[in-house]
Amino acid sequence: MFLKDYFSDVYHATKSLLTGMKLTGYYFTHPKEIITEEYPDNRKTLVMAERFRGEVVMPHDANNEHTCTGCSSCEIACPNGSIKIISKFNITPEGKKKKAIDQHIYRLDMCTMCGLCVEACPTDAIKMANTFEHSVFDRNNLIKRLNKPGSKIREGVEE
Amino acid sequence: MLSLEGISNFIHEWLNGHLNATLALLAEFVIIGVAAIGLFAVLGLGLVWMERKVAALMQIRMGPNRIGPKGIFQTSADTVKLIMKEALTPENADKILFNMAPFVVIIVAMLILVPIAFARNFQIWDINIGVLYVTSVSSLSVIGILMAGWSSGNKYSLLGAMRSGAQIVSYELSAGLSVLSIIVLTGSLKISDIVASQEDGWWIFKGHIPAIIAFVIFIIAATAETNRAPFDLAEAESELTAGFHTEYGGMKFALFFLSEYINIFIVCAIGATLFLGGWMPFHIGHWAAFNHIMDYIPSSFWFFGKTIFLIFLIMWFRWTFPRLRVDQLLNLEWKYLFPISMFNLLLMTLVAIMGWHF
Amino acid sequence: MFEEIGITQEGDLMINVGPQHPATHGVLHLVLTLNGEIIKKVDPHLGYIHRSIEKMCESLSYRQFIYVTSRMDYLSAHINNHACALCVEKGLKVEVPLRAQYIRVIMDELTRIASHELWWSAMSMDLGAFTPYFLAFRERERINEIMEETCGARLTMNYMVPGGVMTDLHPDFQKKVKTFIQQYKLRIHEYKELITGNVIFQNRMKGVGYLSKEDAISYGCTGPVARASGVKSDIRKIAPYDVYDKVDFNEVIETGGDCFTRYQVRIEEMNESIRIIEQLIDNIPEGDIQAKTKAVLKLPKGEFYQRVETARGELGVYIVSEGAAQPYRIKFRSPGFSNMSALDHMVRGSKIGDFIATMGTLDLVIPDIDR
Repeated sequence: MFLKDYFSDVYHATKSLLTGMKLTGYYFTHPKEIITEEYPDNRKTLVMAERFRGEVVMPHDANNEHTCTGCSSCEIACPNGSIKIISKFNITPEGKKKKAIDQHIYRLDMCTMCGLCVEACPTDAIKMANTFEHSVFDRNNLIKRLNKPGSKIREGVEE
Repeated sequence: MLSLEGISNFIHEWLNGHLNATLALLAEFVIIGVAAIGLFAVLGLGLVWMERKVAALMQIRMGPNRIGPKGIFQTSADTVKLIMKEALTPENADKILFNMAPFVVIIVAMLILVPIAFARNFQIWDINIGVLYVTSVSSLSVIGILMAGWSSGNKYSLLGAMRSGAQIVSYELSAGLSVLSIIVLTGSLKISDIVASQEDGWWIFKGHIPAIIAFVIFIIAATAETNRAPFDLAEAESELTAGFHTEYGGMKFALFFLSEYINIFIVCAIGATLFLGGWMPFHIGHWAAFNHIMDYIPSSFWFFGKTIFLIFLIMWFRWTFPRLRVDQLLNLEWKYLFPISMFNLLLMTLVAIMGWHF
Repeated sequence: MFEEIGITQEGDLMINVGPQHPATHGVLHLVLTLNGEIIKKVDPHLGYIHRSIEKMCESLSYRQFIYVTSRMDYLSAHINNHACALCVEKGLKVEVPLRAQYIRVIMDELTRIASHELWWSAMSMDLGAFTPYFLAFRERERINEIMEETCGARLTMNYMVPGGVMTDLHPDFQKKVKTFIQQYKLRIHEYKELITGNVIFQNRMKGVGYLSKEDAISYGCTGPVARASGVKSDIRKIAPYDVYDKVDFNEVIETGGDCFTRYQVRIEEMNESIRIIEQLIDNIPEGDIQAKTKAVLKLPKGEFYQRVETARGELGVYIVSEGAAQPYRIKFRSPGFSNMSALDHMVRGSKIGDFIATMGTLDLVIPDIDR
């Protein structure tokens, strides 16, 4: 009785070990199952998901115009202060003063990519781009100015 | 033909022709020493690369593939890195023992290289107690491990070394008994005799059931002797962060690392010699034509092919199974492997006396 | 101090496991008192990753504090966000549209599967089997890709907002989830072959780290740790939220109480999550994804509590509001903290190998304990 248990223990143990070995042997002999991506060799064919939150950008159209009114909703919505809006006052042809965006300072080194600023913007001026290669040699290069120099707001956006 | 035997004979005659006998002998010593160290280096580099590639393919990824084609120079790059590292000696370590421990382990590994037959008529020293020499010298490696663990002055290392000492000493019994089963069949401890007796077939086929059981027990005991997974709790990375060689860095660590792979090679070489015929090609009985065709493949290819197959088997074990706990490991040895191997020895003796082997 | 109580004696070894250690799944500092190989006492020292999340939340608005809770128990990030959103909705008394509820539950269950996969692989690595890590991460990678397409991030998703979810599903979502379920069912036998049926693994886990039902209740353990000791503690059944009362799934309760039972409970939970997703994926109703809320949320004066079932156990969010736009005090009841308090009781008298196995099955994520 003891002997029967002993040998059945040995038999079951060996069988379970061999089953495990069969699985790893299968993966060893089938290199087609390899799932790792060879980055950076595949940079040219790499397609990132469209909605991936990589960094905040302000899209400019062909006339170098954007839709940012300088309302500071994004600055208020950001949880840790990665956005700073510097606005100036433009004189319109009627002679009135109008607020406009001077610089939209975006600190990539502090951003947590949560997307709350994009959600808060009333005119869809900023959006999340899916670039992810942000390494720089000097940390000051991560403080970006989102509106390009010489750009102005597109007509008819304030409504 | 350009066989290893031919090269060694050529060198021997050339030296004796040009120098007097004593100087020729000394020159041969130097050449053999350099060749042994060279073999070590190449084996070390090659086996580490093989381990990483085998591990990667079993884990559905690619291994090293940047440095050199298919990553073959990866280990050389690692060696250069290890040489440039600063090897600290801890403050409350026993300095003499601490510095001596890696060398003890490497010297033992080199000593066991001596009686192994790499090809036909190509052994460093064909001593008449070859197998006994190998088993007794391999027991000395446990001294190096205990020295390393004790002298590090670190509680983790001490625990790891004690566990390892108990493990190696226990598993030597089973390994020795399985080796003995084959010696019963061959009747001689000399390595060249053992290989020559496998002229008409390898012992694992000729000795059928008892030889297969002995082979399985030998492989299990061999993985335990060399502290390989699933018996690697001496260096269990996730439990004790590198166990007995935690405090070693730089070249001393490289020596430990290297000696582990050399030990695997040696133990597999012994297994290949005893069970799979060493350098003897695959012969079937007395089928002269078939055997003659098989003889065309050089004997060193046979030897290294068999050894690498066994090394692959040991690596396969490492990447499949989890680790055993220390009491389960000793349990396995004393309650399962040891009684089975003793019984197997009796069985083999019976088979040898009655002539029931082929 | 320990000598006086009579626990440690002359000749005992005190070892530090961590804070930098491959097996502690985070920065956890444990002081073990050993007698040879037997453990006499385990003393956890916490706080190495305390980032004062609860204090930070006091200066953020109700929309903003959700993103920081993803970083608490980062393996169930969606579920943490879900809990906070539910608590805020409780205070505002808004009704979440049905489509958003379905999406939230599907994301929760996907997160639960991903968390259990990572637990399985990390635990196997602790025990010395290095291959399951890659097999489990293959499945987890599919889930991460699904999350990336819809939510925009892989680990800290920040997708749930008070009132619903942030954006609508990607058009490929249903197709990809169905493909994932198919692949998962093909591969689940591998887990059994490689680890569950393995004799070495079973010998290391059976009979180790026993926790009885009374002890589980008295230490406050929840989640799979308690369910493996026979305690009915699944919040999805006791206090269902969103559409959990409409789906049909079993609560996995076993009575073994040792490590192997906890292991089996988690593996079975993965299968149950697959069942829930299968029932919901084809029936997502059309509609809004976010209820209309004001731009600046203000909770009325009072206290609000919400419990959810994360992959580790019961997470509780307790908000004290004084009527302002920012909370007065937020407290999180973390599941890992209570589970870890039972560790000392479970491993006294066993060996170091058992201790590592027990800690693996407790599934601790240290940022969850330290917040």
